[in-house]
Amino acid sequence: MFPRRTTSSRRGFLFAAGSLVGAAGAATIAHAEVLKAPTGAVLYDVPDDPTKVQGRPVVDGSYGTRSQFETEARMRYPTPNENTSWSLTPLGRGVGNITPSGLHFERHHGGIPTIDPAKHNLLIHGMVERSMTFSMADIKRLPSVTRKHFIECSGNGLTEWNKPTMKTVQGTHGLLSTSEWTGVQFATFARETGLKEGAAWVLAEGADAAVMTRSIPLEKMLKDALIVYGQNGEAIRPEQGYPLRLLLPGYEGNTHIKWLRRLQVSDKPFMTREETAKYTDLLGSGKARIFSLDMEAKSVITFPSGEMKLPGPGFYNITGLAWTGRGRVQSVDVSLDSGRTWYPARLESPPEPMCTVRFSFPWMWDGKGAVLQSRCIDETGYVQPTLEQLIAIRGNNGSFGSIYHLNAIQSWAVSEAGDVTNVHA
Amino acid sequence: MSMRNSWFGCVIGVCLFSGSAGAQSMVGHFGVGQTATADEAAKYFSIPPSGDGLPAGSGTAKAGVEVFASTCAACHSDKLQGNPAAGIGGDRLLGGRGSLAGKTPVKTVESYWPYATTLFDYIKRTMPFSAPGSLKDDEVYSLVAYILSEARIIKPSETIDAKSLPKVQMPNKDGFIPDARPELELYR
Repeated sequence: MFPRRTTSSRRGFLFAAGSLVGAAGAATIAHAEVLKAPTGAVLYDVPDDPTKVQGRPVVDGSYGTRSQFETEARMRYPTPNENTSWSLTPLGRGVGNITPSGLHFERHHGGIPTIDPAKHNLLIHGMVERSMTFSMADIKRLPSVTRKHFIECSGNGLTEWNKPTMKTVQGTHGLLSTSEWTGVQFATFARETGLKEGAAWVLAEGADAAVMTRSIPLEKMLKDALIVYGQNGEAIRPEQGYPLRLLLPGYEGNTHIKWLRRLQVSDKPFMTREETAKYTDLLGSGKARIFSLDMEAKSVITFPSGEMKLPGPGFYNITGLAWTGRGRVQSVDVSLDSGRTWYPARLESPPEPMCTVRFSFPWMWDGKGAVLQSRCIDETGYVQPTLEQLIAIRGNNGSFGSIYHLNAIQSWAVSEAGDVTNVHA
Repeated sequence: MSMRNSWFGCVIGVCLFSGSAGAQSMVGHFGVGQTATADEAAKYFSIPPSGDGLPAGSGTAKAGVEVFASTCAACHSDKLQGNPAAGIGGDRLLGGRGSLAGKTPVKTVESYWPYATTLFDYIKRTMPFSAPGSLKDDEVYSLVAYILSEARIIKPSETIDAKSLPKVQMPNKDGFIPDARPELELYR
């Protein structure tokens, strides 16, 4: 497939942008001197022949690190304040469906709190028959479920309404991550507390400095809301809500309240700052949609994507992620010509509800300029729209207007030189 | 409702932990968790547009001037226009009325927020940024009065308290519509 290059030099070419490996240059990559361990790795000497010396001993009490040759990390969006900021998942080099917990995107409004689980409780009160508190130990005694779900910030891609802005897929789509979550269904708690006639909404509250609150329809809470403490086989990461978070499959990320400490059942929504002043979608008409909670069908090609460079004509396995907040991904199409012709992609695993699925498409690049796109079709029949279609509906007051829920088809232009760039096409 | 209650009662009183396989499969209550006292719930607040839960106390714009200057102006500026400086990033609070349908909409308390009760809830919950939740209820009422007065939504002389706050009519109160999705245009 890459007759002129070794595996390691190919990687140097493909992922050159901004990485330590790329800076070292493709020709020297196989023996590149790594001077500083990347985040999450430990630096070890590299033997000339690993079969001729003993490797590292097995260490008791260790946690494990990744290879010193892997460099991808989250990238913080440059908000003025580091406590109310977000960091993006490096989708461009990801494989499979699951986001490593250490690379899951973050969004905080008051920093990451440090919480002792022994002192953390969940209070459920309001329009319930019995107000109750549950310790973490109590919660872990209850029957649990384990499900894979994506979380996507409703602002994922908000920089891209007016013109292509971010250079990489991490920048355009990195507020998306998928984990295997473990916890207790809200419905289980509702049976413990009982619900009063007329109950229709639930306020969820976090234990961070922002004391984040969102109102969630009770119907959603009873249908599939999870109160989770596990992420990818271990406790949730602190930046993801340790020790407890709300998980609302398919809903916008801001509603998945982290560091969850309280659920108040009510007959009406509370109209918190987040659900009025912030996470509402201002349309061209001047009216704003409120409680636009579902994340709709979306997909993105992660390879090749912005800032990558293809070394030359030949075979490439186009790959990317597709997801929908309204159920399962039904199918994914790929276009090589700005959407004039579409071909069915291959799904690499059976789609699960409100979960990403990786797709791929075999591409024999002839060396001519191309525009690569993907579109997701979900099981409700919804076809991922173009940006033009969304603007026709929501108006064009762009980055100050309908900034959320941008699920338009993404375009990557491939030049004859093999450079891949973010374009509107 | 009554049927469900009596079934729950049966489960609590008779079936749970009775040891029979049949009862195990019908568990309704697990008996895990503690009954919460009224005091525990009283530690928390969340103020809906009805004003339910607003505490005693009151404030005026005049009193709010001082509180704002000492605890808010560093981030939101003394003119309430926000401070985008590195390390700060305080939101703009005033202006933008009439801009929402234009090319550069400006979303502020004055132009965008539909309920004044939300302002009390948010300030009490999270402000000031360097010492979240440290303001006394009278200080919060005063800040709300000051911001609403500077926005010309209330008169400078008005007192804001649990009774008056829910009655405040925000300029953009009718600016919100239910989510219209799925967008039917996309199914044609």
